[in-house]
Amino acid sequence: MKAAPSAVGTSGTAGQGGTVHSLQELRRSASLATKVFVQRDYSDGTTCQFQTKFPPELESRIERQLFEETVKTLNGFYAEAEKIGGSSYLEGCLACATAYFIFLCMETHYEKVLKKISKYIQDQNEKIYAPRGLLLTDPLERGMRVIEISIYEDRCSSGSSSSGSSSSSSGGGGAGGR
Amino acid sequence: MTPGGGSGPMKDCEYSQISTHSSSSPMESPHKKKKSVPKRKWEVFPGRNKFFCNGRIMMARQTGVFYLTLVLILVTSGLFFAFDCPYLSEKITPAIPAIGGILFFFVMGTLLRTSFSDPGVLPRATPDEAADLERQIGNTEDIANGCSSGGYRPPPRTKEVIINGQTVKLKYCFTCKIFRPPRASHCSLCDNCVERFDHHCPWVGNCVGKRNYRFFYMFILSLSFLTVFIFAFVITHVILRSQQTGFLNALKDSPASVLEAVVCFFSVWSIVGLSGFHTYLISSNQTTNEDIKGSWSNKRGKENYNPYSYGNIFTNCCAALCGPLSPSLIDRRGFIQPDTPQLAGPSNGITMYGATQSQSNMAAATPLLQSEPSITSEELPLPGKTSISGPCASLTLGQPTPPSSMPNLTSDSGLTDIIPLKEEHEGHQFLTPEEAPSPPGMLPSGSPIAHSRTMHVLSLASQDSLHEDSVRGLVKLSSV
Repeated sequence: MKAAPSAVGTSGTAGQGGTVHSLQELRRSASLATKVFVQRDYSDGTTCQFQTKFPPELESRIERQLFEETVKTLNGFYAEAEKIGGSSYLEGCLACATAYFIFLCMETHYEKVLKKISKYIQDQNEKIYAPRGLLLTDPLERGMRVIEISIYEDRCSSGSSSSGSSSSSSGGGGAGGR
Repeated sequence: MTPGGGSGPMKDCEYSQISTHSSSSPMESPHKKKKSVPKRKWEVFPGRNKFFCNGRIMMARQTGVFYLTLVLILVTSGLFFAFDCPYLSEKITPAIPAIGGILFFFVMGTLLRTSFSDPGVLPRATPDEAADLERQIGNTEDIANGCSSGGYRPPPRTKEVIINGQTVKLKYCFTCKIFRPPRASHCSLCDNCVERFDHHCPWVGNCVGKRNYRFFYMFILSLSFLTVFIFAFVITHVILRSQQTGFLNALKDSPASVLEAVVCFFSVWSIVGLSGFHTYLISSNQTTNEDIKGSWSNKRGKENYNPYSYGNIFTNCCAALCGPLSPSLIDRRGFIQPDTPQLAGPSNGITMYGATQSQSNMAAATPLLQSEPSITSEELPLPGKTSISGPCASLTLGQPTPPSSMPNLTSDSGLTDIIPLKEEHEGHQFLTPEEAPSPPGMLPSGSPIAHSRTMHVLSLASQDSLHEDSVRGLVKLSSV
């Protein structure tokens, strides 16, 4: 049905599967195959850092370098959020002086960085991961424990183990709404 | 088919049928009702906490002692302002009630902040995460032992990490199904894993952890000042009065002062002592938990040192008190997305119906592409529920894990605010079947999925209800 490789999408880079997906397409045509979890790296203490080790399940789906860059950038963001320096001290002292009532109206530095992270992840999903049938989940939704990467098996692709006929019949079944 | 003569009962039947469908009667399927009233996450929070103001306020279950604290502070301060301040502001200076007022305001602000905020609770693992971890642990144990972990749960698992050159053991929490980050601990009173767990304080009615430690410290510090302040000026008041009218008359004239003096006298020792203790903890960057267990003391070994300390007292203090404040991870006021399917599928190889963030077409017809993850995760809900009480029993029998992960407690005579909980065991002792995570069909319990900012693009709004129902049906089937 939607098997055209040049299907609509905001990004044009072809994934390694040979088909291109947009995020909307992923929703319609792909089914979740498995999830990979990138765990935390505690070697630096309790600061939030994730392991940059490349999960073997992503071997065929995405280039190692892209993935590592994503994780390194995320680590950089978290380090920035938790940085103990002049501005964080100022914020802390000001908050203490107002008996922490200031938190009722002000957004903390950490929250601002988290918004940046969320935007970055969305951006990465649109540009890099969705076209490859992958999806990153913001670690904040997983208690900052893992970066969850959902791997979608492409129903439309003939390269995957699902046969072409089953994907089309399931597509038809879905549309029919049994 | 026309009812023909339209016998009475037939007509009645039709009429009643119509009315049944139009209203949401108990005959309607439960999840149709749920769909119309979206629940917030705090309503299905798995820990033993109380929530107020629609999820904005979070406290432990037992709050009786907190009310006592409030009453003591309010009454003593109230009496001070009402009975002692007028005399003192006249005789000495009006700055006294002013300073007292500021201190009181600070004490109340920090107390309420400590009691009402999230101490740093770690949300429980989503079923997928738990399954993934179980698989990893199972694999490593199979390799190590060469036996299969069939019916019984193997001994508690630990992971070792090296932090700043010091080996730290991360323990697996059976209740929350996660490996606890360093310095986290499971509070058995609240049944939550809390980051940088310090202790559970009944006086503030909440755990003290990463997110509210600075409020707690400011609270006891300011309360020490307030107590000493009130005590000093009450004594001054009585002395000044007795210089005029004699000691007994002075006491008769202001009986409130006696009460205040008594309360303050007994509080000063414990509060000031506690402030001193926590000042020491902050300057050495330890938690009460670590200090009690002696995790970083030299007695354990010459090479034992605290890997989290920054080296000097000033930096430690600044980091603890003025460092960045991390946000709450449990998203109490977020709405539960009704469709949060997991990877688990029936063992005959049907793929899952959609993902957390996106729903696929009816997956029943699609053969499972990778059977391994789904089978293990499908098995998980069953043994996960029934065998929890099993390992609990074995774990409470002096397993290595419980003592070291005992959240708070234990009697430390110097610390009056820690309840020596004799029934202290791992949190999952309380995990009776009725407290076990709700059936996967409900899914959302405790899992902070949904409300994904990144996933707005993949909103689930487009799915039809029939699909959702069949999805839910499949999930229930697989979990039964």
